Formats: sequence, structure tokens, C-alpha cells
Amino acid sequence: MIDLGSREPANVAPPDEAEPERKRGVFRRLRESLSKSRQALQEEISASVFEKIDDETWELLEEALILADVGAPTTAAVVEKLEHEVDSGAVPAEGEAIRDRLIEMLAEVASTARAKIDLSAQPAVLMMVGVNGTGKTTTIGKIAWHLSKEFGLSVVMGAGDTYRAAAAEQLAEWANRAGAELVRGQAGADPGSVAYDAVSAAVARNADVVIVDTAGRLHTQDNLMEELAKVRRVIGKLIPEAPHETLISIDATTGQNGLRQAKVFSEAVEVDGVVLTKLDGTAKGGIALAIAAELGIPVKLIGVGEKLEDLRPFDPPEYAAALLAE
Amino acid sequence: MFDQLSDRLQSTLSDVRSRGKLSESDIDSAMRDIRLALLEADVNFKVVKAFTKTLKERCLGAEVMDSLDPGQQVVKIVNEELADLMGGEGVDLAVANSGPTVILMAGLQGSGKTTACAKLAQHFGKQRKDVALAACDVYRPAAVDQLITMGRRAGAHVYEKGTDADPVDIATWALDRAREERRDYLIIDTAGRLHIDQDLMKELSRIRDKTKPDDVLLVVDAMTGQDAVGVAESFAEAAEFDGVVMTKLDGDARGGAALSVKAVTGKPIMFASAGEKIEDFDKFHPDRMAQRILGMGDVLSLIERAESQVDEKSAEELEEKLKKDQFTLEDFLTQMKQVRKMGPLSGILGMLPGMGAMKQLKNANIDERQLDRTEAIILSMTPAERHDPTLIKGKRRKRIADGSGTRVQEVRALVKQFDQMRVMMRSMANGKMPDPQKLMQMSGQAPRPKVRRR
Repeated sequence: MIDLGSREPANVAPPDEAEPERKRGVFRRLRESLSKSRQALQEEISASVFEKIDDETWELLEEALILADVGAPTTAAVVEKLEHEVDSGAVPAEGEAIRDRLIEMLAEVASTARAKIDLSAQPAVLMMVGVNGTGKTTTIGKIAWHLSKEFGLSVVMGAGDTYRAAAAEQLAEWANRAGAELVRGQAGADPGSVAYDAVSAAVARNADVVIVDTAGRLHTQDNLMEELAKVRRVIGKLIPEAPHETLISIDATTGQNGLRQAKVFSEAVEVDGVVLTKLDGTAKGGIALAIAAELGIPVKLIGVGEKLEDLRPFDPPEYAAALLAE
Repeated sequence: MFDQLSDRLQSTLSDVRSRGKLSESDIDSAMRDIRLALLEADVNFKVVKAFTKTLKERCLGAEVMDSLDPGQQVVKIVNEELADLMGGEGVDLAVANSGPTVILMAGLQGSGKTTACAKLAQHFGKQRKDVALAACDVYRPAAVDQLITMGRRAGAHVYEKGTDADPVDIATWALDRAREERRDYLIIDTAGRLHIDQDLMKELSRIRDKTKPDDVLLVVDAMTGQDAVGVAESFAEAAEFDGVVMTKLDGDARGGAALSVKAVTGKPIMFASAGEKIEDFDKFHPDRMAQRILGMGDVLSLIERAESQVDEKSAEELEEKLKKDQFTLEDFLTQMKQVRKMGPLSGILGMLPGMGAMKQLKNANIDERQLDRTEAIILSMTPAERHDPTLIKGKRRKRIADGSGTRVQEVRALVKQFDQMRVMMRSMANGKMPDPQKLMQMSGQAPRPKVRRR
């Protein structure tokens, strides 16, 4: 999931035996955390849906996707295409085949653009943006922990949320748990200057990665979006090409507004990918599909809990399968 | 968008006169339009289904079928039915007979509980009540610190025991303290929790059982999608909440979750929170929410916000000036400043009714920088020039342009636009609606490229 460039990752478990085991473990945990959502969806798509293939089949499939927050337009497009394929004989009019093809189509929609996170530069700069309460700071903690513990990288965090009460303290706690260094400013300080300080510190200490946190903001606040653009420019002045990765956190429970969020944020700063958070709930995070379909912005990571380990790479077939699996 | 829905319905049901009577399939088409609009607004699919079923029955009545403008009738009915479903005017919180009124706040992670606690605290503070907050979120890093800081800002006392104590113990201890210290309100902040997390839901039940709150409020993010129903049902079962606080309403999420929660649990939305500042809190108005869900402008909020900025006397004086055509650039400057104080212009514009006719204007991102330039130009004028712009020619124009850092053409354009606007505002003040085309030209907005229909 991460492009480390020319670095030799330390602390990585030896391949072969550990790898498949760890992989299985990852998938098992993924299935576990998504099983709740699957169970919920299962109630929607029961076996009987596929017994007889008729108009009701398509309606029920549409219903399931809408309930998953995929949104009417993307749902209509996908189901219509599937219906045509079945009508034309390209897909056999039989339950198993239709389900498999649907999973395939959903995964295709979700697989848009580069899914790897580019941390090849030294230092690599990652910026987290998003609406209030979506899980930016927690995600930063998780990313830092993964980078530091799994790959042995040195991480600097920038407490760019200078607005929210105790935001820096919150990030400080994560820095502590993740073994990362924290650069902070005073409360109410200019976010651009904190970003500047954090990136400068990373350069000075030859750190591998610097992650810049930003305050949660609604995309409807023009002045705050402008502020975000400014933070990005400040970073870019220090290191051309930086931030190398800008990730937007989208709460899996978000409805159609998630599309607006992704669109407006990517107008202010170049958003490279989505972190789809809180997938350990019952929400399916279908809006990520719409974001991929309409904006071409891929999900790169998923958050499945509040603990440091609860971060996974986004795997489109797994995601689609988990949504429709039995 | 309501205007889009309105248009869609108009075109679906428009050629009635030519065809004669409306048929049931016409109504079905209209129901489809409404279904799409509500789904776009994140109203739960099942709620939408049930709602359109009831709606259809009403639409098959004479009210619509015999109407000359069925599209308009349907729109009216949808608005009424929605407002009805959202419940009557905001319900009041229960207040304790003796001792502090205890309010328990619950909800998912990130929904805005802590901010809502502080806002509630300030809300009561304005009524001169003595408010205390209990910090029962011991899981989220720095949550206690956050509540302490926000509590201080809200003028409330915060009871906390750090992060090592058990949340249930903290809550009961806080209640004892609140009683001893004779607080009027105790607001208990809790950790965000998943409705499917059995352990944490049990913890919530225990807090409720031990503190016996007068009100349990579920905090719901306005941008929540289809999941809102599942969440509300689970929390209703575990916490038996009395009402809902909708948060982040300052965004542009249509807020269909509000309708879903109300429809499925029957519990009223009690408060609307819009903004991260403590002052941005209000009683919930169901009719306004209904309008918002449908995409209609939130007119009343706009009027209230405007009222708070302009006192009545100057508003009357302004109206007089407009009528008598005595409105000057000076007045315009004052008005512009007041409008800008109300909030980012694009947000305000979105609130104006009748924006359906001026779709493009609504979607336009009003350039604050352009307004800065306009303001600078006016400020570079002498009072005499502001009073009588016909004075502004040649040398004066150049002086103004240089003084404001703009070009001569811009000064000329401003004076011309102002003239046109003055004429328009005079007729508005005398009761006539402006021509949308003219309004658009005046604001200097080039028509935006048509958005691709999904």
C-alpha cells in the first residue's frame, strides 16, 4: 500500500511464512470488522433475490446499493449495465453469476487511479484534510504507528489544527503511542506556520515522513478552504512537489454530502486519496464508490476502529465482496 | 434542490392542459421525482418509500388532479407533509422538579457531542442558569482537556476525574457534586460509541440508570446517510433518548437524516447546531428543516440573521430611501458591510428564496475579492461623489481608480451597475419583483457552464 522509494524498510517480518499468515490475519480482521455490515446487507440481499431474475431483482439490488449510500446515480449506472449484460446473455441469468459479476463491477468502479501512497521522497510529506469529526487525527496516529513500527521509519507530526480546543494535546497523545515526534505551535497560531515548522524540522532531522494535521472544516467555508490552500502552498515552497500525498478522511456513515466534500476539498488542494473511516460500524461507506466513479479519487486506506492497528489498505475486490458476500 | 424538484415536477405534470386530465401514471412519475430528490437529501430509503406512498394517496385527490397547476400543488403538498412529519414547533427539554436538570449526551464518534455540550451550556448560561459539565469520555485522547477548555469558554463548571476513572463512577460523582453545589443543569458528555458495540452501549445504559437524566439527547451529524436509521434505532433501544441534536448544519448537507430519525423513532429534533463557535446553536425548527431537505432556502434563518445585524430603525430608514430613490453609494457601502457581516456571501445567497429563478446566481461562488475591490472603490470616493455619482467623470474617475488600486473601467462599471441597481431596488421597495436576467447581468456574473445532468 505504500511506496517507500529507495528506502530499506527495517523491522519488516521475514517474507513467506510470516507474509501469508499476516495477510490472512489482515483479511480475517477485515472480514470480521466488515461482517457486521455484511450481515446487515445480507438481510437485504437474501438468496431469494436471485431465485427468479425479474424486475424485482434489479429493484432489490438498487435498494441494497442505495441503502449502502452508493447514491442513486452510480447505483443506476451499475445496475443498468448489469441488467443489459444479463439481458444480452453476456452474463448468465443465474444467481451466483450475477452476484459475482456485480462484485466485479463494483470493484472496477472502486479501482480508480493509483492506490499506493507515495512516500518515496525524503522526507515524504503527507497532509490530512477533511470535515470535522471524520477521524483525521486518529488516522494520523495509526499511519504514524504503522510507518514507525512496521517499517522502522522516523515520523514527524505537525499539529496543524490550531483551532480546536486541546487538538494539539490529542495529537501529542497519538505521537506518544506511535513513537513519532510532534511539532506544535501555540493555540490560535497560524496553521501555515506550524506546517512550515513541522516540515522544516523533518528536513533538519532527516526524518523519513512528516504528517501534517489540519483542523476539521466544512467545505462550505470558503475562507477556511482558502486557508487550506495556503497551508499547501507553504509546504510546497519548502519542498517542491510537497505535500506528496494529500488524503481526505471521509466518514463511512456520510451520505451524499461526501461527494460534495471530496469535490470542494480537491478544488482547494489536490486530494490524492480517501481514507474511509469508521467502517467498523454498520455503514457500508458506499459514498466512496460514488467518489471514485464521479471524481476519480481512490480510497487508499480504511479505518476500522479506534486502536492504532485499526488501519487497512483499501482492496476493491475485498470491499465489494464484503458488501455482497454471503 | 427544491428548485430542481420544482422544475422537474413542473415538466412532469405540465402538459396537463393539453392532454386533459392527469393520470395515475403521471402521479407515479411525480412520485419518482420526489423519491430521487429525497434520496439525494439522504433520507432513508425505507422512509422515502413509506412517505411517497402516503403522498401519492393525497396527490390522487382532487386537490392535485383538478388543479390547473398540478406541479405547484404537489410541491406545496410535499412541503406540508414533510413539515408535518418533522413534527410541530421545537419541543422543550424536560426540567427537573428539584435539584439539577440532568442532560445525557450520546452519539457516534465525531458527531459533535462535546461541542454540543458546550453550546447547550452557553444556551442555558444566557438564561442565567448555573451549568455544570461532566467529563465522561475517558477514551478519546485529550477529550477531557477539550471539554474543560470549552466549558470554561461557555462559563460552565467542569467535573472531571481525568482518564483513569470509570465513566459511570464519574457520572454519579458529578451528579452528587452538582446537587451539593446547587447547579441548575448538569450536562453529561460521553464518549462516542458505535451502536453495535455492546459493551459501550451497556455502559451508556448504566450511566443512564445511575443518573436518571431528565433528558437523553442523541447527537446526529447532519451529513449522515442511510445509516442514520440503524443508529437511531439502536440508541433508542439502549439509551431511550428523548430527542436529537442535529450538528454541522452549517454545511450543505441536506440533512435527510433528521427526517429519517424522526420518522423511525418518533423522537423530535430539539436543537440545531450550525458552526464551531459556541454561539451557533438554536432551537430546531421543523418547517425550516423540511425546506432545507427539499433544497429550499432557509428564509427565516436569513431574516433572523439579517435582523440581528441591522436594527429596525436603520432598516426603516433604508426602505424610505429606496422608495424615494435617495439610496446612495454610501448607503450601498453600509449595506454591503452589513451583508458581509452575516457570513460568507455564497452561504447567504443560498438562503434566498426564489433562487430557483436565478439558479446560476445561486451556484456562483461570489468572489469576495471582487467585493473588496468594490468596497475600495467606494471608499476612494469623496462623500459628495458617493452622494451624486454623476460627478464622477474623467479626472475624478482616474483619482478614484488610483486611490483604490483598480482601473478606470472598473470604476465606470461600478457606477453604472449601481445606477441600475438603484432603479431596481426602488421598484422592489415598492413591491415589484426584479427580473432575474437583469439581476444576473448586474452582479456581473457570467452564466456558468451547465452542470452535466446525472
